[in-house]
Amino acid sequence: MNQNPAQKPAIGHNSVPKMTARDVNVFYGQKQAIRNVSIDVTSEHVTAFIGPSGCGKSTFLRCLNRMNDTVDGARVEGRIELDAQDIYAPAMDVVQLRARVGMVFQKPNPFPKSIYENVAYGPRIHGLARAKADMDNIVESALRRAGLWDEVKDRLGESGTAMSGGQQQRLCIARAIAVDPEVILMDEPCSALDPIATARIEELIDELRGRYAIVIVTHNMQQAARVSQKTAFFHLGTLVEYDDTSAIFTNPRETRTKDYITGRYG
Amino acid sequence: MKLLIALALVLALAGLAYLAGRARATRLTLAAGGRIGAVHSRPVYHGAYVAVLALAPALIVLAGWGLAGEGVIEGRVLATLDAASQPAPGPDRAALMNEVRGLVAGDLPQAFNPLAPVLAPRYAATKTNLDLLAGALAVALLCLGGLWGYSRIRPDFRARNRVEMQVRILLLLASVVAILTTFGIVLSLIFESIRFFRMVSPVEFLTGLAWSPQTALRADQVGSTGAFGAVPLFWGTIFIGAIIAMAVAIPLGLMSAIYLTQYAAPRLRRWLKPVLELLAGVPTVVYGFFAALSVAPVVRQVAVALGMADASADSALAAGLVMGVMIIPFVSSMADDALAAVPRAMRDGSLAMGATMSETVKKVMVPAALPGIIGGVLLAVSRAIGETMIVVMAAGLAANLTANPFSSVTTVTTQIVALLTGDQEFDSAKTLSAFALGLVLFGMTLVLNIYALAVVKRYREAYE
Repeated sequence: MNQNPAQKPAIGHNSVPKMTARDVNVFYGQKQAIRNVSIDVTSEHVTAFIGPSGCGKSTFLRCLNRMNDTVDGARVEGRIELDAQDIYAPAMDVVQLRARVGMVFQKPNPFPKSIYENVAYGPRIHGLARAKADMDNIVESALRRAGLWDEVKDRLGESGTAMSGGQQQRLCIARAIAVDPEVILMDEPCSALDPIATARIEELIDELRGRYAIVIVTHNMQQAARVSQKTAFFHLGTLVEYDDTSAIFTNPRETRTKDYITGRYG
Repeated sequence: MKLLIALALVLALAGLAYLAGRARATRLTLAAGGRIGAVHSRPVYHGAYVAVLALAPALIVLAGWGLAGEGVIEGRVLATLDAASQPAPGPDRAALMNEVRGLVAGDLPQAFNPLAPVLAPRYAATKTNLDLLAGALAVALLCLGGLWGYSRIRPDFRARNRVEMQVRILLLLASVVAILTTFGIVLSLIFESIRFFRMVSPVEFLTGLAWSPQTALRADQVGSTGAFGAVPLFWGTIFIGAIIAMAVAIPLGLMSAIYLTQYAAPRLRRWLKPVLELLAGVPTVVYGFFAALSVAPVVRQVAVALGMADASADSALAAGLVMGVMIIPFVSSMADDALAAVPRAMRDGSLAMGATMSETVKKVMVPAALPGIIGGVLLAVSRAIGETMIVVMAAGLAANLTANPFSSVTTVTTQIVALLTGDQEFDSAKTLSAFALGLVLFGMTLVLNIYALAVVKRYREAYE
């Protein structure tokens, strides 16, 4: 690679980045999964990570809230900051970090509890509600923001696992925003959903934009083009190109990016 | 001995049948040019088919004769006596025939029954004749079967498929043996229990509060009225196996499973899990003397310190504690499986919310794995209440109906051991009560096992 795009003036440099990563390397045992990735994520944009399977985009996403800590043998080098604080510093508490950087997974993973309890899970853990009424408010506003309130308001006591896949995924988004995070990481959130449920989630992502910094990993390039304003293309563990989404899809600088988005490989 | 010789002969002949069948099929194959498919089955299958056809009927005859032969011989020998002097069926006849057999074998220099010396030569002659006859029949059937199989060897004969079917039948028989044995055990339990319930009413047995199974040998003996109220035994069993042992095994087993699945580094887990499972391999008699010699005295000292001056050396607590330790591997390995079966996404979802590991375990993992954990606990209970050696050595024999863990209680299994150890008469209620106890115990563990397996199964389906 002849240039590192993130070391040039960041796109949208008029705003302060929410999260910054510098020279991040990730190893699983002896194997290196991420090589020298540097990137800035801003609050007002949705950032999409695209790339072929195994390119490291999910691995890198999981570094941003230290979920790789739970993987045996994973090791992260480099510096990742949230509001200029090093999240891998000893002073950083991982519980507080994850309250600020929420995550939505590839497969909807509601807990085997009621809809209400699924959303109340995070606020309870972090002690956000003093009284039952506070909790009710938190649950309602989270479900409203996730566009799920009207569908479930009469059956909050039913099991979260009994809903359709799309509803489950919106429940997981509601669960993530119930603790009012600053960043939401989404790891291929629509890959287990049908096109209608996918469109619903994409609308939701657009509604949430600006309120939270959103990073979405997707292997669906149309989805990246639809929902994101910034796109980062990963290949073989490296960040090949990071630019405005319109620029990436209409006028990529790297031939590898061009080959990928025109369907040459991946 | 004769049976062994006959068996060896039959097997040798079947071996010959195999070789002959294979040789003929080989010749056919060569004659057909050796192409694949020219002769449907390979020579080994033809040989095996011939051998099975020869062996099966001969073995059936030999096995049948081994089981029923003695009865036939006895009938014939006794029929030579006139009707008046024939002993009645039952112990008298069995005793006479034992003497006859002793005389024939030369183990017995002199018989008590005057009929025995008369019958001995007749018995010897009949046995020799009939044994020879059975052997001859077996060999004849073997030859017939072998020749028939041999005559069926043709290029288009599908011997391979027949042998495959024969293997299948053999495997089926093997798997049926265990099931049939279980049925036999249950039937014998039921028959002996029925004999017991003719002497003691089931209502008294299942609801009576006093257990004192001494029955008089003579009518004038003191304390001759036995009491067969088994409630203190059932209580003791449940108190030790389901309450005290589980109070130890559930928390320790569950916590060790949580540590091993969620916290331990893989390398540590690779060592710790087998070591924990080794606990299950310690013979229960070893646990038994550990309970009796090491734990029971300490428990007694604690009881004395608490003000129970007359505390017994045998206590429910000592037996229950050690049994609980014995059960830990069962609980922990079932809980381990159940926790490991909870999708990783569930755990990640909770951790990503900023929950700590222990919050995740408490609020997400354990509730999700609960059916599997409960199933494991029920299986452990069923094992604990059937466990014998620890309670025999540490729980005592006094049938107390008490909730005091320091006092001596007794269990169903302990009483069965006590009732059936040593010389017993098999027509007294005392001895027969052991079978009724066994039947109840079997029923309890059966219900627990069925329920536990159903719970575990439903849970597995939920996540697959």
